[in-house]
Amino acid sequence: MARVVLQGVTKTFQNQKVVKGLDLVIPDGSFTVLVGPSGCGKSTTLRMIAGLETVSDGNILIGDQAVNALPPGKRDVAMVFQNYALYPTMNVFDNIAYGLRNRGISKKDCKLLVEEIAEIVGLSDYLKRKPSQLSGGQRQRVALARAMVKKPKVFLMDEPLSNLDAKLRNQMRVELTSLHKQLGTTFIYVTHDQVEAMTMGDQIVVMSEGQIMQVAAPMDLYQEPENLFVAQFIGSPAMNIVSAEGRSDQLWGFRPEKALLLPASVSPVPADDRWVAKGQVVSREILGSDTLFHVETEKGRVIVKADTEEARLLGGAVTVTVAKPHMYVFDRASKKRVGRLGGREQAATLAGGVS
Amino acid sequence: MRKAATAHELPGTGQVQAKAAGMPVAWLELATRLRPYLYLAPAMICFLLFFFYPIGSIIYLSFLDWSLINLEEMEWVGLQNYRDLLADQDFRQVLGNTAVFTVATVGIGLTLSFLLALWLNKKAKVYGIIQATVFSPHIISLVSVSMLWMWLMDPQFGLLNAALEAVGLPGYTWLADPKSSLLSLIIVSIWKGVGYNTLIFIAGLQSIPGDIYEAAALDQSPWWRTLVRITIPMLSPTIFFLLIINTISSFQVFDTIAIMTQGGPINSTNMLVYYIYEQGMDFYNGGLAASASVILLILVGILTALHFLFMSRRVHYR
Repeated sequence: MARVVLQGVTKTFQNQKVVKGLDLVIPDGSFTVLVGPSGCGKSTTLRMIAGLETVSDGNILIGDQAVNALPPGKRDVAMVFQNYALYPTMNVFDNIAYGLRNRGISKKDCKLLVEEIAEIVGLSDYLKRKPSQLSGGQRQRVALARAMVKKPKVFLMDEPLSNLDAKLRNQMRVELTSLHKQLGTTFIYVTHDQVEAMTMGDQIVVMSEGQIMQVAAPMDLYQEPENLFVAQFIGSPAMNIVSAEGRSDQLWGFRPEKALLLPASVSPVPADDRWVAKGQVVSREILGSDTLFHVETEKGRVIVKADTEEARLLGGAVTVTVAKPHMYVFDRASKKRVGRLGGREQAATLAGGVS
Repeated sequence: MRKAATAHELPGTGQVQAKAAGMPVAWLELATRLRPYLYLAPAMICFLLFFFYPIGSIIYLSFLDWSLINLEEMEWVGLQNYRDLLADQDFRQVLGNTAVFTVATVGIGLTLSFLLALWLNKKAKVYGIIQATVFSPHIISLVSVSMLWMWLMDPQFGLLNAALEAVGLPGYTWLADPKSSLLSLIIVSIWKGVGYNTLIFIAGLQSIPGDIYEAAALDQSPWWRTLVRITIPMLSPTIFFLLIINTISSFQVFDTIAIMTQGGPINSTNMLVYYIYEQGMDFYNGGLAASASVILLILVGILTALHFLFMSRRVHYR
C-alpha cells in the first residue's frame, strides 16, 4: 500500500506535449479516477505510473520511492488493461500464476495463491481453460485475478469495463468498489465515462488537454465545479451555459435538473431571485421517469430535465425558470468560476491537489 | 402470355420455370442437381488432367521396365524397380544427402530467419532497409543466384577465398571437394530463402498484440521467458507454415544442383529430384525415374502428415 505522487509530470511525443506538468497526490488507499475526453492524456499518465511510458519531465513517487528509472515489473504495481491483455496461449491458471513464477515463488505456493484468488473472483471451475474459451466477463475476472494475486501496492486500471455490455458493466462497477473496500489498496482508474467516475471514485481527477482541471470528491465536483470545462463535463446532460445578463465578461450556467418548466400561459411571479426565459420546446427525449426538453429560448438553447409525469401536459410554448442560487457564474475570459448568483459565493471545498 | 404470368407470380422456383419453358419437371430437377457439378467441372477437369492423371500414371510407370528412347517396349516388372533402387549405393547416398540438406536448410534457415526477424521487427528506417536487403535474394532467379555463388565460391578466383586469405585464413575448397560441396549448397539455399522466411516471421511478430508484452513487463517476465512462453507460442502458426513449405521445397531442390554441381563431385551433392532427372534424361531409365518419383511423393507426404500430427496439437490458432 502506498500513495502515489506526481510532481510536474510531463510527457512529450514528437515535440507535442500530451501531459503538461501534472502535480497530483493520490492518497494511500484511495480510489482515484482519472476522467476526461479521449486524448486528454489520462491513459498516458496511467501508463507513466505503470512504467510503460517514460516520463519526459518531472517525478513520479510510489510510496516514498522515486520510480522514474524503475522498470514496470519492479514498481510493485499491477495493471488491468482495456483489452484484458491475457496471454492467449496459456490457460487461466498459468495466466494468473505467470507473474508469481517470475518472482520466484515456488510452484506449491503459486498453486495455493492462484486457487485462493480464483475462488474470490469465481473462476475456480475455469482454471484449465484458455482465454478464448471464456466470455468477456470471465476474461475480465482473469485480468483482475492476475493483478490481485501479486498483492501490489497500487492497482492501475485502464478503462477495464469499456469492453463489457451495459448490464455486466454495472455489475462489475459494484464489484470493483467492494473489492477496493476489501483490499484497501490504492486504485487508480482511468475512464472517459463520467458515470463510472462519479459512482466509483472517492477522488476524481478531471483532465483536459494534458492538464488537470479539478481534483475533488464526486459531489464536490458536481456541486462546485471550478471551471467551465468541469461544469460541462460532469453531469448528464451537461450544464447549460447562457450569456450573463448585464455582464459581458461573464457566462452563467445552470444544471438541467435544477430548472423548472412552466406552461407559457402561466406567467411566473416576477421575482428578483429567479432567472426566467421564454421559449419553444424543440424536441423531447423520454428517459423513463425523466424527460429531457430541448428548449429554444430567447436567451439561447437550453436543456431541461423534468419529471415525465408532471411535464406530460406541457405544450410547445414554455417558460424556463431557475432559482438564482442554482445559477453558476463563470468568467468569460479565464473560464474560471466566480461564484453563484444570489449571493452564495464559491465554497472553499476544494479537495486534493498538491500546492 | 399466361405462361409468362405464372412465372412472374412465383419467381425463382425451378418448377415454374420448367412450365414456362415447356420442359418436363423431371428434367429440370435433374438439371438443378447437376448444376453445381457443372460449375465445378472446369476446375476438376484441370485437377484430374494435370494432377491426378500424372500421379496415377507415374505410379503405373514405376512398375514397368522401360526406356525413354524406346517407348514401344514396356515390360511389367512389379516392384523390381524399387528393389533395384533401394539396393543401389548411389540412391542411398542420394536419400542421405537429401535428408542432411533438408534438416540443415530448414533448421539453420528458420532459426536464422527467426533471429533476424526479432532484430528487424522495429520501427526505424534502418531496419526497413536491412529488411529489404535481406529479402532481395528471394526475387532473384535461382539460376542467377547459382551463377553468382559459383563465382563467389571459386577456389582460385572467388571472392570468398580472397576474403578468407585477406584475413590470413586458408582458402576453402567449397564446391570442389565432396566433403564441402553439400555444405556449400546448403549455404546458398539458406541465403536465398532467409529473406522470405524473415518477412513472414516479421509479419507474424507484428500480429502479436503489444499489450501482451506490456502485461509481461508488469509481470516481471525476463526476456528469455517472454520469448519462450509468449512470443514463440503466439508465433506457432507462422512457424508451422514455414516448416512445412520449407521442408517441401528443400526436398525438391534442383536448380542449384543442376547449375552448380550436377550432383558431383562423386555424387556428394546429388539429391532426389536431381537423381530423378538424371535417371530419366541422362540415362533414359524411365522405370527407375518413375519409381524414385513415387518415393519422393511418399516421403514428402509422410513428412507433411507427421508435421500435421505432431505440430497441429501445439499450434495456437487465434
